[in-house]
Amino acid sequence: MSKARVLVGTRKGAFVLTSDGKRERWDISGPHFAGWEIYHVKGSPADPNRLYASQSSGWFGQLIQRSNDGGKTWEPVGNKFAYDGVPGTHQWYDGTPHPWEFKRVWHLEPSLTDPDTVYAGVEDAGLFRTTDGGQIWQELSGLRGHGSGPRWQPGAGGLCLHTIILDPSNPGRIFIAISAAGAFRTDDAGKTWQPINRGLRSEHIPDPTAEVGHCVHRIAMHRSRPGVLFMQKHWDVMRSDDAGDSWHEVSGNLPTDFGFPIDVHAHEPNTIYVVPIKSDSEHFPLEGKLRVYRSRTGGNEWEALTKGLPQNNCYVNVLRDAMAVDSLDKCGVYFGTTGGQVYASADAGDNWAPIVRDLPPVLSVEVQTLP
Amino acid sequence: MIRVVLPAHLRTLAHTEGEVKLEVEGPATLRSVLDSLEATYPMLQGTLRDHVTQQRRPYVRFFACEQDLSHEPPDAPLPDAVASGAEPFLIVGAIAGG
Repeated sequence: MSKARVLVGTRKGAFVLTSDGKRERWDISGPHFAGWEIYHVKGSPADPNRLYASQSSGWFGQLIQRSNDGGKTWEPVGNKFAYDGVPGTHQWYDGTPHPWEFKRVWHLEPSLTDPDTVYAGVEDAGLFRTTDGGQIWQELSGLRGHGSGPRWQPGAGGLCLHTIILDPSNPGRIFIAISAAGAFRTDDAGKTWQPINRGLRSEHIPDPTAEVGHCVHRIAMHRSRPGVLFMQKHWDVMRSDDAGDSWHEVSGNLPTDFGFPIDVHAHEPNTIYVVPIKSDSEHFPLEGKLRVYRSRTGGNEWEALTKGLPQNNCYVNVLRDAMAVDSLDKCGVYFGTTGGQVYASADAGDNWAPIVRDLPPVLSVEVQTLP
Repeated sequence: MIRVVLPAHLRTLAHTEGEVKLEVEGPATLRSVLDSLEATYPMLQGTLRDHVTQQRRPYVRFFACEQDLSHEPPDAPLPDAVASGAEPFLIVGAIAGG
């Protein structure tokens, strides 16, 4: 019988949650790397027992951990993230030039086909790749050298490259997103990049339709339809039907279109999920009600999913990397909160229950569907 | 023989307990002690000083013999009591954060 394994990164360690296909009873292991911030943990699609974790702290910097046994044991691998050449400057919050400085790895995206190849999205924004299982990391500097780099400016969370999507139909195509520079695409495996932000409108920047400068929070894609992208921007839920060449808004009847995560149902490429958050200055659900919104029409028409979720006095946030779906039947949907809860739905969002309630603040949630 | 006391998180990372004992070639300095420490425990590379600049990480401090050695030049000799192993070299993480 198939199993689900949920990989949770928190402010104080990593946790691994496992269940059979019913997803009713869960075994919880952790904390792994207790006391450290775990921004992201993700498994290789090519070898589910190969996991990578981003471990960091304000004291001791960045580490990368690798597991070959599904998270039972771990070993530190390479942690040298050196920008290619002289990195130059980006903009600081006040618009002055600020030198590029490596701070941490936000997101690890293992190759779809090779367990030893992994992409890392880092702060200050850059994209790195390893092809030897994490020992050596090299920057794909064509992104930072795109030409717009000196105009990139950090979002409130830092100048972070937080989203990496590999196109399963085209090995040369990668999508990435940076707060607050926007979305970019390469069609030559990372040598050259183009910004893909046409159609985005951000009222809080000097030119609301600028080529770069948009605070993209998350992008999601269904592997069967790689030309269709969904985006949760700072404000606005957006959709592209041409691999990012243009975007249109699909916020529709959402009660607020601010939020962080967005994800796509594993079997229904037109079914998407967001967690509306009140505003950029009030990072909690509207009216104290934690509601996931689902659209079965690829946007515009949204329904609130509330069964099993707290509907009063709930003031947690759900961060951009803290939602995931499994590929069981029915599709499982998972998200973690800054209050330390990890919620799961084994029926595509109709009903929810907490797997755990009292973890440290959750930074990321990934799920593996295992045979 | 140099005795080094690591912060708890780095002892866990290095899979070691108690003091670390190191042999250092030549004079005992901040650089030679950290080089020896990282050679013995490669997983500590980058955790105490930046990979590229070799600068001490801001929330890490070095103490010995009741002196703050954090700002000593990297090639300055450490106190004789550290070099002889009579006193430990203390690597301390700042008390900060939540």
